[in-house]
Amino acid sequence: MDLTIRNLWSIEIGNFQMYITESLRNLWIISGALILIAIFVRIKLKRFKQIPTGFQALLESIITIFEKYVRSFVGDRLAFLAYWFFTVFAFILISNISGLFFMRPPTADWSINISIAVVTLVLIHFCAIKTNAREHFRSLLRPVFLFLPINLIGEVSRPISLSFRLYGNIFSGLILTSLIYSMIPWFLMFGPPLIIHAYFDLFAGALQTFIFCTISLVLIGVFASNDETA
Amino acid sequence: MPEFAQINPYLLDEYAVQLVDTLGRVMVFSVIAAAIAVFVAASTAFGQGRIAAQAIDAIARQPEARGSITNTMILGLGLAETGGIYGLVVAILLLFANPLVNNLISLITGV
Repeated sequence: MDLTIRNLWSIEIGNFQMYITESLRNLWIISGALILIAIFVRIKLKRFKQIPTGFQALLESIITIFEKYVRSFVGDRLAFLAYWFFTVFAFILISNISGLFFMRPPTADWSINISIAVVTLVLIHFCAIKTNAREHFRSLLRPVFLFLPINLIGEVSRPISLSFRLYGNIFSGLILTSLIYSMIPWFLMFGPPLIIHAYFDLFAGALQTFIFCTISLVLIGVFASNDETA
Repeated sequence: MPEFAQINPYLLDEYAVQLVDTLGRVMVFSVIAAAIAVFVAASTAFGQGRIAAQAIDAIARQPEARGSITNTMILGLGLAETGGIYGLVVAILLLFANPLVNNLISLITGV
C-alpha cells in the first residue's frame, strides 16, 4: 500500500524546478478527455435545430437543469456563473470517479482542491463587488472597524474549509479502498471490491461534487445579496 | 535498535541511542493521537443524525416540499461534516506525514 504522490519527472527552468507528479498527469488526462468530449459534441451538433431532438434535446435538458440550479442560489443577475460551475462540476465529478479506471484521483491531492477553492473565493468577492461594492467593503468593518483583521482571517479560512471537505472525503476513500485491496486474497479481487468502489468512488464522489458546488454557490449568493440581510 | 542507512557522524553514541528511543515514543504517541482525532471526527455523526431526523420530520409534515428540504439537508450535512474532516486530516498528517518524526529522523541521520 503506497499512498504517497509519486514524482514522475522534473523540469528545470533556470534555477527553478518544476515537478510533474502523478496527480498532475492524471489531471491532464482528465482535462484532455473533457476537451475531447466537448469537441465531439461540437462536431456532432454541427447545426442547431429550432426544435431539438435526440442528442441535442438530451444536452439541452442537462444545461437547462444546471442553469435552473445555479439561478435558484444566485438569482438572475449572476446567471453567467452557470457556465463556470458546469465546468467545475464536470471536472470534479470525472476526477472523483477516475478511481474506477485505476487512476489516483487528482482531487486526492490538496493542491488541486485549494486552487479550485481559491477561484471560488475570488468569485465571491468579484460578484459581491459587482452587485454592491460599498456595502461589501462596509461588511468587512462590522461590527466595528477593529474587527477588520478577524474578518479577513475568516475570509482566508473559507477556501481552506471548502477544499479540506473535498480532499478529506476523497483521500479517506482512497485510503480505505487501498487498505481493503491490500487485505483481501487474490481470488476475491474481482467481485467484492465493486461494492467499495460503488460507495467511495461513485456515491461519495458525486455527493461531494454536489456539495462543493452548492456551498460555493450559497456563499456567492449570500455575499451578493447582503444589502438587506447582514 | 532499528537500522539506519547512516548515523550523523557528529552525534555521540549515547545521544544517538536516546534519540532513537525518543523516536519510538513519538511514533507510539502519534498513533494514539491519530486514534483520538478519528474518534472526535466520528462524533460529528451525532450532529448529522440530528439533521437527518429533523429533515425527516419536516418531510412528514410537508411532503410537497420534499425537494427543497432534501437539498437543504444535504447542504447542512456537508457543513456539519467540516469538523470531522479536520479531525481526519490531522489523523492522516500524524500517520503519514508526521513533522516530529521527520525532524527526529533527520536529526539522527544528519541528512
